[in-house]
Amino acid sequence: MADLRSEFIGIKSPNPFWLASAPPTDKEYNVRRAFDAGWGGVVWKTLGFDPHVVNVNGPRYGAVFGADRRLLGLNNIELITDRPLQTNLDEIKAVKRDYPDQAMIVSLMVPCEEEPWKKILPMVEETGADGVELNFGCPHGMSERGMGSAVGQVPEYIEMVTRWVKANTRMPVIVKLTPNITDIRKPAGAAKSGGADAVSLINTINSITSVDLDLFAPEPTIDGKGAHGGYCGPAVKPIALNMVAEIARDPELHGLPISGIGGVTTWRDAAEFLALGAGNVQVCTAAMTYGFKIVQEMISGLSDYMDSKGIASVDEIVGRAVPNVTDWNQLNLNYVAKAKINQDLCISCGRCFAACEDTSHQAIAMSEDRTFTVIDEECVACNLCVNVCPVEECITMEAMTPGSTDPRTGRVVQPDYANWTTHPNNPSAKAAE
Amino acid sequence: MGSDVFQPGITAGRLDPDSYAEHFSDLHPRLDAHEALVAADRCYFCHDAPCITACPTDIDIPLFIRQIATGTPDAAAKTILTQNIMGGMCARVCPTETLCEEACVREAAEGKPVLIGQLQRYATDHLQEQGIHPFSRAAATGKKVAVVGAGPAGLSCAHRLAMLGHDVVVMDARAKPGGLNEYGIATYKTPDGYAQTEVDWLLQIGGITLQCGTALGDGFTLEDLREGYDAVFLAMGLGGVNALDAEGSNKDGVRDAVDFIAELRQASDVAEVPIGRDVVVIGGGMTAVDAAVQAKLLGALNVTLVYRRGRDRMNASVFEQDLAASKGVRIVTHAVPVAVHGNGSVREIEFEYVDDAMKGTGQTLRLPADQVFKAIGQTLIGDGIPELDGRKIKVSETGRTSVAGVWAGGDCASGGDDLTVTAVAEGRDAAMDIHKVLVG
Repeated sequence: MADLRSEFIGIKSPNPFWLASAPPTDKEYNVRRAFDAGWGGVVWKTLGFDPHVVNVNGPRYGAVFGADRRLLGLNNIELITDRPLQTNLDEIKAVKRDYPDQAMIVSLMVPCEEEPWKKILPMVEETGADGVELNFGCPHGMSERGMGSAVGQVPEYIEMVTRWVKANTRMPVIVKLTPNITDIRKPAGAAKSGGADAVSLINTINSITSVDLDLFAPEPTIDGKGAHGGYCGPAVKPIALNMVAEIARDPELHGLPISGIGGVTTWRDAAEFLALGAGNVQVCTAAMTYGFKIVQEMISGLSDYMDSKGIASVDEIVGRAVPNVTDWNQLNLNYVAKAKINQDLCISCGRCFAACEDTSHQAIAMSEDRTFTVIDEECVACNLCVNVCPVEECITMEAMTPGSTDPRTGRVVQPDYANWTTHPNNPSAKAAE
Repeated sequence: MGSDVFQPGITAGRLDPDSYAEHFSDLHPRLDAHEALVAADRCYFCHDAPCITACPTDIDIPLFIRQIATGTPDAAAKTILTQNIMGGMCARVCPTETLCEEACVREAAEGKPVLIGQLQRYATDHLQEQGIHPFSRAAATGKKVAVVGAGPAGLSCAHRLAMLGHDVVVMDARAKPGGLNEYGIATYKTPDGYAQTEVDWLLQIGGITLQCGTALGDGFTLEDLREGYDAVFLAMGLGGVNALDAEGSNKDGVRDAVDFIAELRQASDVAEVPIGRDVVVIGGGMTAVDAAVQAKLLGALNVTLVYRRGRDRMNASVFEQDLAASKGVRIVTHAVPVAVHGNGSVREIEFEYVDDAMKGTGQTLRLPADQVFKAIGQTLIGDGIPELDGRKIKVSETGRTSVAGVWAGGDCASGGDDLTVTAVAEGRDAAMDIHKVLVG
């Protein structure tokens, strides 16, 4: 079995799977059970000063479902901890004492002034916690009070608060970023400038999951009204992956450690975040959907994958895909592929045909007996047929070998690489000549 | 097992009351709302879906399943009923395993088709139980059409004609409308009087007058109808039963399976329907299976279904054959009846084994039997009916017969399988053609 031990900004944990700051890490009872179940670390649900906040007494969550009510996206309007500060601190201390090998990070959110930070940091240090995470991401409720994403949306504030925190604690500092901005590199850069040891992302995305068509109110509905919440779960993973990669491949930010968050549901999701530059991952919605036990699948899955690839440590995966993330204008325009339908696997549903015929390039032919074949003369290799086909591996994209002729364009496939920057149709390319 | 199962002869009350209730309850209990959503989620919404092609009434199955999946079962029901006004009954009795569900791509992918029949029932029940009839009549045309037979073909034709603005009179020989839906289908496929419920719902369209207890040649002739109406649709089914060509076949205890099935359907208490201890059913179609299975469910100790050819040639689907086997019916193939033995009443029936070419092998089989059901096919009866094609009324694609102004469909007409769903399709299509001729 592969060695899953992880060291992230000096914080050791038996595996790279942490529970994110959220309801699952709200109290001692949960966190002890999470550690017993195998989680490598937790980020304790965000602490604030007393008087503690209150939550709504109606529904806090809304959901987006796939087939068979599979939960694809979850939206929440829960705030930071709604328990007294000292209660949390006592519990953190007790748990850390009993679980010295697991990572214990404490999420914090206090007003945007230096004094409150100066005050709370020693209290956290006293618990023996391994580090702090600054919650600059929470997009609902707290942001209305000038905290959470209200800070995370202003790079100057991020830098300022991070600097205060670094000046007032010996603990490693992770800055948690909100995705509700235009360019994730700006807040990440601010965190780096402020001296952050790492960034974690993404926090939840502003969202309304659905509208009650009887009440004409957004859901979850509290006495006839609803407020936007924070969206998370499998549906947000693509957004998170991109933001992680944007930071990882930015020359200015290169080397800034990243804790990847956003829809991690299986070992495979976790490995993808690692490959795009995350040093570890944080999980919430998957645990909220299926319980703490899912970490066992993540551990066995990542381990099997690493064994099959001959990868000895988690660090060998981290960032491995980053060099292959590029800009569109760097993509090889001489690469030509064609869709290919495996007739043995095809179940003749015709979804590829409907998709291609109605919405793409009319590149699939349908015979009387429902045999579906690709018309190479029309196929642009858009991949839509692959994406709508219900059978795994039935339709594949096959690269054309250099020297053969693309029947669509009549041009010979070139062996060399050529991108948009040199393409004759690019006005800038011509101007440069 | 009740104490009377070993009692020889034909007797009622072989089982305890709970067993009867259990045996004759719904074969496929209705899906609840959650089950329907789970089942609907499996549909791939295929392009030009094979299930539609496989449905004799061309129901847009992917569309109605999507309507269920999106929480609008009444819209789904309308999609179904627009193509097939007896979609409720078809959902219960169609051999879906040889029609839509056989064609389902999930069958190819996983060997488990989408539960199309059960989803169809979910939708149609949802609508009909609210008493909603989603169709209305067009402006009156002043035309009057006679429909002979209130079975699936006749009622389907009548409903479509009424919808198009014509007045329709439907005549039926039996006391109740519904045809084989009411008299000819196994009780466990359509419990709780659904056949009559469906007819009542169908008649809500208005403009249809029902005259029961009157038949072609017994109260009126085809000529009478041609004179009194603007068009005639013949859908009286097959009233006769083929004779058993075996010595001693007139002994007591030998009867037509269709009569037994009808008796059971009409019984107010199935426990009062007598059944033999040793029952032999001759035939290989749906009627044979329905009779054999129900004989077993009534408490017959031994039920043997004997068919003259191989199982692959049986008209009963594989699902039906397996259903029979699972209920304990023994299926014997390649055997033809040669003699019924017994003193007044049947005691034994003798068969000869035959090869695939139906040539006798000389080897015989004797089965104990105190009751024998014949299910060896039905025949058209009636005088002065249009030209036949073989043993049925010759019709065109749209049901036109050799006689001007007379259409035919359902089991009495040539073309198509003898299925409820086929009859509904033929009735509907004939109505459209009649409409075209009447209003030009």
